[in-house]
Amino acid sequence: MGPETLESLQKKALDEVLASYPAKVAKNRAKHLGVDTPDGVKGACDTTRSNKQTVPGVMSQRGCAYAGSKGVVWGPIKDMIHISHGPIGCGQYSRGGRRNYYIGTTGVDTFVTMNFSTDFNEKDIVFGGDKKLKKALQEIDELFPLNNGISIQSECPIGLIGDDIQAVAKVHKKETGHQTIAVSCEGFRGVSQSLGHHIANDMIRDHVMPDTSFRKDFDSTDYDVAIIGDYNIGGDAWSTRIILEEMGLRVIAQWSGDATYKELAIAPKAKLNLLHCYRSMNYISRHMEQEFGIPWIEYNFFGPTKTTESIRKIAACFDESIQAKAEAVIAKYTAMTDAVIAKYRPMLEGKKVMLYVGGLRPRHVIGAYEDLGMEVIGTGYEFAHGDDYKRTKEDISRSTLIYDDANEYELEEFVRKLKPDLVAAGVKEKYVFQKMGLPFRQMHSWDYSGPYHGYDAFAIFARDMDLAMNSPVWDHTKAPWDKEVEGA
Amino acid sequence: MQDVENIVNGQKLFLKPEYQEVLKNKKEFEGNMGSINPAKVDEIQEWTKSWDYREKNLAREAITINPAKACQPLGAIMVGLGFENTMPYVHGSHGCVAYFRSYFTRHFKEPTPCVSDSMSESAAVFGGLSNMKDGIRNCNALYKPEMISVSTTCMAEVIGDDLNAFIIGAREDAEGELDNTVITHAHTPSFVGSHITGYDNMMKSTLEQLSEGVEKKVDAERINIIPGFEPYLGSLKEIKKISKMFGDKIIMIGDHEEQWDTGAGEYKLYSGGTKLEDGKTAINAKATISLQKYSTIATAKTIKNKWKQGYETCNPIGLSGTDAFVMKLAELTGKEVPQELKNQRAKFVDAMQDSYPYMHGKKIAIWGDPDFLLGMVSFLVEMGSIPTHILCHNAPRKGWEDDMKAILAKSNRAAECNIWGGKDLWALRSILFTEPVDFMIGNVYGKELYRDTKIPLIRIGFPIFDRHHLHRYSISGYKGGINLLTWITNAILDQLDEETKAIGETDYFFDAVR
Repeated sequence: MGPETLESLQKKALDEVLASYPAKVAKNRAKHLGVDTPDGVKGACDTTRSNKQTVPGVMSQRGCAYAGSKGVVWGPIKDMIHISHGPIGCGQYSRGGRRNYYIGTTGVDTFVTMNFSTDFNEKDIVFGGDKKLKKALQEIDELFPLNNGISIQSECPIGLIGDDIQAVAKVHKKETGHQTIAVSCEGFRGVSQSLGHHIANDMIRDHVMPDTSFRKDFDSTDYDVAIIGDYNIGGDAWSTRIILEEMGLRVIAQWSGDATYKELAIAPKAKLNLLHCYRSMNYISRHMEQEFGIPWIEYNFFGPTKTTESIRKIAACFDESIQAKAEAVIAKYTAMTDAVIAKYRPMLEGKKVMLYVGGLRPRHVIGAYEDLGMEVIGTGYEFAHGDDYKRTKEDISRSTLIYDDANEYELEEFVRKLKPDLVAAGVKEKYVFQKMGLPFRQMHSWDYSGPYHGYDAFAIFARDMDLAMNSPVWDHTKAPWDKEVEGA
Repeated sequence: MQDVENIVNGQKLFLKPEYQEVLKNKKEFEGNMGSINPAKVDEIQEWTKSWDYREKNLAREAITINPAKACQPLGAIMVGLGFENTMPYVHGSHGCVAYFRSYFTRHFKEPTPCVSDSMSESAAVFGGLSNMKDGIRNCNALYKPEMISVSTTCMAEVIGDDLNAFIIGAREDAEGELDNTVITHAHTPSFVGSHITGYDNMMKSTLEQLSEGVEKKVDAERINIIPGFEPYLGSLKEIKKISKMFGDKIIMIGDHEEQWDTGAGEYKLYSGGTKLEDGKTAINAKATISLQKYSTIATAKTIKNKWKQGYETCNPIGLSGTDAFVMKLAELTGKEVPQELKNQRAKFVDAMQDSYPYMHGKKIAIWGDPDFLLGMVSFLVEMGSIPTHILCHNAPRKGWEDDMKAILAKSNRAAECNIWGGKDLWALRSILFTEPVDFMIGNVYGKELYRDTKIPLIRIGFPIFDRHHLHRYSISGYKGGINLLTWITNAILDQLDEETKAIGETDYFFDAVR
């Protein structure tokens, strides 16, 4: 299939999907969908409308601000307790599904996989929940004396009933001397998870950054860096950290996968902030740049090509000793990743992939697939902004269908029309495509595998893609008594 | 570094010495007590196992820790998916729907269709009417449902949206597009009750609204069966099989079995479900049997008081529960118990008599929804086990505890059994450390209790995310009883092997025959 054919197929698929919509929806969705190519004139990556209201009544894959704050940014901070403040559901549905790994004694000095809820009842809605919250904070401190702070993650009702959680947090902090942070990340705010990330970043800016207690006696080196925007899904930050340390850098903080409060507080001591998930933590990176003069750079540790590029980019910010070590690291691991590619590429070459994820992955993982000879022909974000799409242009390798805030109907139709060999998206989509006989990988949770960041992780990525693509189970879908239909 | 011939994922990768070094070095920058003073962690950990900690833990009034319940719309969605060609529609924020869909999908390993009308800040200020008008119409155009089953999130409830008026408004504005679409609706505030309350509210509303305008004409052979919030799809199948033996007009109302059990080869948005016609004529039945009394409290009122219909509750989990259900069907249909069921019963009892030495006298902690617990505890008592701790986070205020006590009264070890209504799983942790048991029966959230207390967890309940295919089995009926018996007995035997496998120490008891 030549590039023209692919592009025309993509445009056709797009037109057909739009044609099936009611006029008002078609008009709206047309702005969120497009096709772009790596070179030449501005395409969908420049024009795609994003970060807008979801069309009501469609099966959107988007989450909410609470998910962005509690689920993504705050939740992984392991030695703090994060209260899901409001009714019981939100905390329960978001418990233990994200795989942001951490080391600690859960329930004693770390708490990530637990679910703390104020379990609102009707009385709390009618009379307000501030008293209950105050009591909840006291009970937590009594039962979990080793917690290093509490964050209050607001669910929808809090902002609607006029509770003053900021005041409750402030009083508790004053009375106990313990960090207590109220986050107004009610689910109805904004249009997706994205505003939740921003609100969460702002609360870190306002409450954690001014805390100098851990910075006072911190012994800095010239090589101190912080990993920002890595949630340690399946251990991603650990397989990143090992590379940075081998380069001669000292990772003083991980934000926020496997993070402790102290790592948040000492991050302003870094000489350089390394930003992986731009979408969810660019805000705090910019703040640290303005407030503390810490430069930040984006990097991409998916697949050896991008990892190597990123290592050189990071090393270029330091002296020659780091650059020399970086080259040694690249040489050391490239032998291994070359062997991985030699092993798996023949089985994966030319296979077409469609992606639909959030954050950084819709663009960042493209390189890893392309390293294996796989061709990404469609990608999209649940909650991106214009700057994410602009950045996507640099990562696409061929004519690519771009879809913003795609709903299940669109994804299904695009897949039917473009016939990829692999779909990589989230759990809600997984079984839809598997029913259609298509291999699928969850790209939020790494489908219970991972890590996928760094060189060692690429070996896992390659193995997992081969596992998905070449498992014998896909051959069983067609029964032996089903006759081959011509042209089907 | 990875060995290309033996690539390992995180489980083993991070055990490699170079990664252990990384994790060790990270501690220098960490602030959790385990990185500063591990002895202190040990000390506090020991304290959390104590009676002193238990007293403080169980005295909690404000913070819930590790709950064993979810919120109303989750149950409402299950009702919607129990009717044919029905799209559950949640009036509120789409974040909630993302959560509901993920939750069910992780349990069933199946797609879960459900839409929302994506209310956000402007809706919070102006109300969600325009979202509803657009949303219902778009949902209808895109997914072509026969019925849209509308429930609400807490956001819509707090701002006081009036569903009935909104739906009338949506219909009026739809230029006739919605004329052939049934729209049922229920308020399902998350801050009242739990997921079973949502099931109840949606079922009640669905039945009332479907039967609106239907002229009541009693069909003496028609019996409705409402399964309740039933995560075991095999149970639905089994109940339908048993019912079929008594007649063709025994119809399950809210039959979500096939929606979450579809085959490979083709993706269909809708699968199976109660026919809308059967929902409309439910009012004409001679009687309705609810298999979950406490998931249908409000629904019962409609059936008994509005419909003046016979209303029965059965709980066909375990032997006596199934017996009562079978006898109720015999009574209502005037038919003899069929030979096939007599055989099934005899085989179940035979299996119980084969395995009783292992379950007998075992102390068991169990948690879950109210009706699940009534059925399961009844079975445990029938087997001679001791349901030492029965924890029901969403325990109904009225009646449930008395029902449970009546079941426990059949055990000669009733004095050792404790009922913990309204308590969460962090409370259970303290209870287990201070008054230990031999086994636990519960959902995936027992996994951490297992890690902490080392008490083996037998996964029966909802949700179960970390084991596959259990939901396909029945826990109801005589055949479902054999499944329960198999799972529990073999878990006990696995544990016996585990405890006796030390070579040269305990393995004299590592028997080949048990």
